[in-house]
Amino acid sequence: MKTIRFLFLSAFIALALFPNSAQEADPVGQLKKQLEQIQANFEKIQQQQKLEIERLTRQIQALQEQNDADAETKRLESELAAEMATAPAAGSQVARPSTWSPSQPIPVIRAGSAYMNIGFDVLTVAGWSTDRDVSQALNLGDHDPIQRGFSLRNAEITLEGAVDPYFKGFASPVFKLDPSGETEFELEEAYLMSSSLPANLQIKAGQFFAAFGRQNSIHPHAWNFVDQPLILNRAFGPEGLRNPGGQISWLAPTPFYTEVFLGVFNGGGGTAFSFRNAGDEGQVPPSFYGRETLGRGLRGPGDLLFVPRIASSFDLTDTQTIVVGASGAIGPNDTGLHSRSEVFGLDAYWKWKPLNAMRSLHFLSWQTELLYRRFGAGEDLVAGFDSENMRDWGFYSEVLWGFRPRWMTGLRGEFVTGNNSAIDAESVFRGDRSRVSPNLTWLPSEYSKLRLQYNHDRGQNIGVEHSVWLQLEISLGAHAAHKF
Amino acid sequence: MLTHSVQAKLEVVATTPDLGSIVREIGGDLVEIEILARPKEDAHFVSARPSFIVKLNKADVLVEGGAELEIGWLPALVDQARNRKIVSGAPGRIVCSQGVQMLEIPATLDRSRGDIHAAGNPHYLIDPLNAKIVAEHISATLCELEPQSCATFESNLKRFSNAIDIKLNEWRNLLKPYSGRRVVSYHNSWPYFSKRFGIRVDLFLEPKPGIPPSPSHLAEVVSQMKSDKITVIMVDPYINRRTAETAARFTGATLVDAAQFPGGVKGTEGGYIQLLDYLVNSLAKAFGGG
Repeated sequence: MKTIRFLFLSAFIALALFPNSAQEADPVGQLKKQLEQIQANFEKIQQQQKLEIERLTRQIQALQEQNDADAETKRLESELAAEMATAPAAGSQVARPSTWSPSQPIPVIRAGSAYMNIGFDVLTVAGWSTDRDVSQALNLGDHDPIQRGFSLRNAEITLEGAVDPYFKGFASPVFKLDPSGETEFELEEAYLMSSSLPANLQIKAGQFFAAFGRQNSIHPHAWNFVDQPLILNRAFGPEGLRNPGGQISWLAPTPFYTEVFLGVFNGGGGTAFSFRNAGDEGQVPPSFYGRETLGRGLRGPGDLLFVPRIASSFDLTDTQTIVVGASGAIGPNDTGLHSRSEVFGLDAYWKWKPLNAMRSLHFLSWQTELLYRRFGAGEDLVAGFDSENMRDWGFYSEVLWGFRPRWMTGLRGEFVTGNNSAIDAESVFRGDRSRVSPNLTWLPSEYSKLRLQYNHDRGQNIGVEHSVWLQLEISLGAHAAHKF
Repeated sequence: MLTHSVQAKLEVVATTPDLGSIVREIGGDLVEIEILARPKEDAHFVSARPSFIVKLNKADVLVEGGAELEIGWLPALVDQARNRKIVSGAPGRIVCSQGVQMLEIPATLDRSRGDIHAAGNPHYLIDPLNAKIVAEHISATLCELEPQSCATFESNLKRFSNAIDIKLNEWRNLLKPYSGRRVVSYHNSWPYFSKRFGIRVDLFLEPKPGIPPSPSHLAEVVSQMKSDKITVIMVDPYINRRTAETAARFTGATLVDAAQFPGGVKGTEGGYIQLLDYLVNSLAKAFGGG
């Protein structure tokens, strides 16, 4: 009994003193407690997972809905596309802009979307001549090769575009290198042209090439030969006939093409060679054809330079077209108070191009111009020259054959002559001359050109000379539409 | 008082024969049509003959393809034509590429890649659905200029569109068995056609647009044709046929005379639908035979 009491007592004390250790001492309770804890944990995790599952389900659902929406959009798009294709509203469909990302190149301004089209065209010539200095008498054109070896006589910027609904504008500043490599600059053309005058009329105003014949108003990069035709050089000088002025032209209401032009120009300076041209101003006093020039100003409208022209064209067959024209240039010159000059010209151009020509490079063409000039030279008593009429005439005739894609070959024959005058011995612009020039042109593309030309020159003042020129053209930027 | 005044017909100038054909469909006898480019001519390289100036001078409407198709010759002619009715932006000037989803618009303009078209490939009209868009343009303009005949133009448009719809089904069925087949052409002028009919015209005899074929490039084309078993070459009327014949000789491929313009190939003079009929049928035949 005493032992039992002691056990009770010690248990009581133990319980009283160490209430927890009594539990620890209880394995069942301990396990129960653990189980409860695990259960609680499990429930918590279950709850979490349930939430996670719900979240994922919602996500999946959302994505599925998105996909459905995409499919729906696509279906709608294709239906719309079909719908629009069956009944399109004119002009209502706009091309969808492609999305741009930083890795893509930035699109440039597209042709036709700019206010102004810009082009740059360079002509370089390499070659050799039996003439030691070709610039003295042989090659008198301003864009001709000026020396043995390399020349760069035409680097032309072209700017053109619509000014407003009423006018189009055009400008061509030109750079050239002189024999010492110095850069020369000229504003070859800068003009505006009306686009909506009534009564079939059109006006042009500014500085521009006169509509005389065919070649005069064509820029060098569009020439068929490396150099300027001799007779144009005689009549209009190295740079051709261009001047500040205005022009009105009328498209006649004929069943075939007929256009009548009247140009009115100031008619002064070297670009109006046979007219109020002060001549060599480096000399004192300035002189032209050996005669002192007067620096004549305009005394009245009659002192202006008038350039009338008429041109007609006929389609001979489906493949053949001909253009014929007659031109004149009438105005005062600077060698006398009442001296006047006239130039008259006839021109013809014929072209055959088969109906299925490969690009524009399968054709045969023929072009000829015939010019006559009277220069009424005034007297110069100091220099010892009487007044006299200097008459010149001449022609060039050229055939061009596009014999296979990218290749063409040409042949030009020329002759110039004139009456005898007091200054013939001194002037490189007078005396009989003839020239035969075969050439071969290769066009790697529409924008580059390589041309090989041989010139056989024969002249009273120059003897016989042989020259070979290789011309390279590069053309950048906008390319203006070709005229016929 | 006169009971009836003779209505002057609208004078329409279309730059190319396919456009002219659609103008004929819509305008019928109520319009006079002048077409500038000839059926076998390359529309990029038309000689700007002065007689065109006279035609443009008299025109009430000018229908052009646009997208730089005629950029090399048309602008100078319009400048000289002195006709306010057809200047850019005038109601009588129809630029047909407007409203057409253009393909192959280049990201950059770089001519070292050959002649490229800044506005995208301009040969869009060979897709019949684009022909319907163009017909809609033409009808709308004719209606604007001659409202009293609008009902006729609109019913003509409906007839043309319906005809295209019916035909398109027929054409698609004809070419369906050859879906995905590759075809060689000289110039990249068929992307719209291939897209519409599920074929691939993606191998060209010219190495780059506007650059004539070189032997090395041809050799590459021939070897690709062999390895990919390409058996059809489309030949445009204005290209050097010998190049295509050479490629065909090396590969045993069939030449199909193709044209973008009605009248460009014999038997297609009847107009746009006849041209498409011809193209689809001769392609199907060439595929079937090869």
